[in-house]
This record gives sequence, structure tokens and C-alpha cells, in this order.
Amino acid sequence: MQLGQNDDQERFIDENLRRVYEETVDEGIPDKFKDLLKKLKDQEKNNGRQQ
Amino acid sequence: MSNADPRDELVEHLPAMRAFAISLTRNGAIADDMVQDTVVKAWTNIDKFEVGTNMRAWLFTILRNTYYSSRRKANREVADIDGVFTESLAEKPAHDGHMQMTDFRKALSELKDEQREALLLVGASGFSYEEAAEMCGVAVGTIKSRTNRARARISELMGLKDDESLEMTDDATMSVISSSKVSSF
Repeated sequence: MQLGQNDDQERFIDENLRRVYEETVDEGIPDKFKDLLKKLKDQEKNNGRQQ
Repeated sequence: MSNADPRDELVEHLPAMRAFAISLTRNGAIADDMVQDTVVKAWTNIDKFEVGTNMRAWLFTILRNTYYSSRRKANREVADIDGVFTESLAEKPAHDGHMQMTDFRKALSELKDEQREALLLVGASGFSYEEAAEMCGVAVGTIKSRTNRARARISELMGLKDDESLEMTDDATMSVISSSKVSSF
């Protein structure tokens, strides 16, 4: 259906898109997320709800 | 303790979830809140996750449901064009030396939520059309037409309608792209 120039555009867009996305991914995650996971884990331990 | 808790896998998906959330909301603070909510929901509902299926898809589904329900609740657009995301983007040209990415980000932020979402899921996050369709609760054809419309709109916003403007952008972009991990093909 879409040929030639449209393919170029699509590739161009997807490359930029991945780049934008990867930049954010590479920023890593703020510590608060790891803290949150740790808190959830601890909470469960304290509740003694392990399966 | 059971041997393999699927929740141990959560942490691996956080950067991708955050990237998706930031792209979706265009606001770093809202995105982080959303990811936190998603983590808590995933943690407490882990029994609903089918072990062996794609956890990232499951998490993204929760994330986007969180986004759309909070948007409905707020009954307003949470998108912040002048927000953190766009601002931080405006600084980028100084680092990578071309206007290209700024224009691209701006164009991306101007898409309709549904179109940007489809494009991100398929074009950036590596999901298939089928997976994206399931995550969004729509038909595969809907995802295809949303991504097509998203691409067409970006082309339009960036003035990529003809060959010359595309050529103009190539050298700088390609050199950056080929030297980064984006070159995945």
C-alpha cells in the first residue's frame, strides 16, 4: 500500500521515536520506586502473608 | 517463600513503564505518580498475572488504565504542553546539536492521546499490533489506523511532506542514530 517515500518517513519517524523513548529509559528510575518496592516487600513480610 | 515470585520481575520493567508514562502524559510528575500507582496495583494483584505471559504488556495495560481513569476522574486534560517533558526537551538541542529531535518531540506531544499511545506501543516499545490491540481493548485494525494516522500527522507537523525536507534532516540524525543503541536493525 505505502511505498518508497512513505517507507522512508516511517523509518525516520520510528527511529526518532525509539531515540526519544530510549533516552527516557536510559535515565533510569528515581530511587523512590525502589523504595516503594522495598516497602511493599517489607509490609508483606510483616503481615506474614507469604504463600 | 515460593521459588519464583513474578513480582521480582517488576523492577526490570520500571524504566520502560516510566518512559511510556512520560510520553503518554507529557508530564514527569504525573508520570511518576502513575507508575507508582501501577506498581502498587500490580503488586497487590499479582495473582491476576498469568505466569508465562508478557509481564510488560500486563503492566502497560494497568498503566494506561490508570492514566485514562485518572484523566476521566479529573475531567480535564492532564496533558501539560508546557510541562516538564516539553521543557526538558527544549534543552536537548544544546547537547545533540540538531533541532530535529525538538521538532519531533513537539510533534509527538501534539498527537491525540490515542494516536500517540498506539505509536509508542508499536513503534517504540516493541509490541506487536496484536499485543497493542489487546492492551488498548480495541481491534487490531484500530491500532494500525491509529499508528498510520499518528505517523501521517507527525510528517505533516514536521513538514516531511516532500523529499527535500527529509534529505535536509538526514545527515545529522543518521549519524546520531547509527552511533546510538537505537540502531536495532
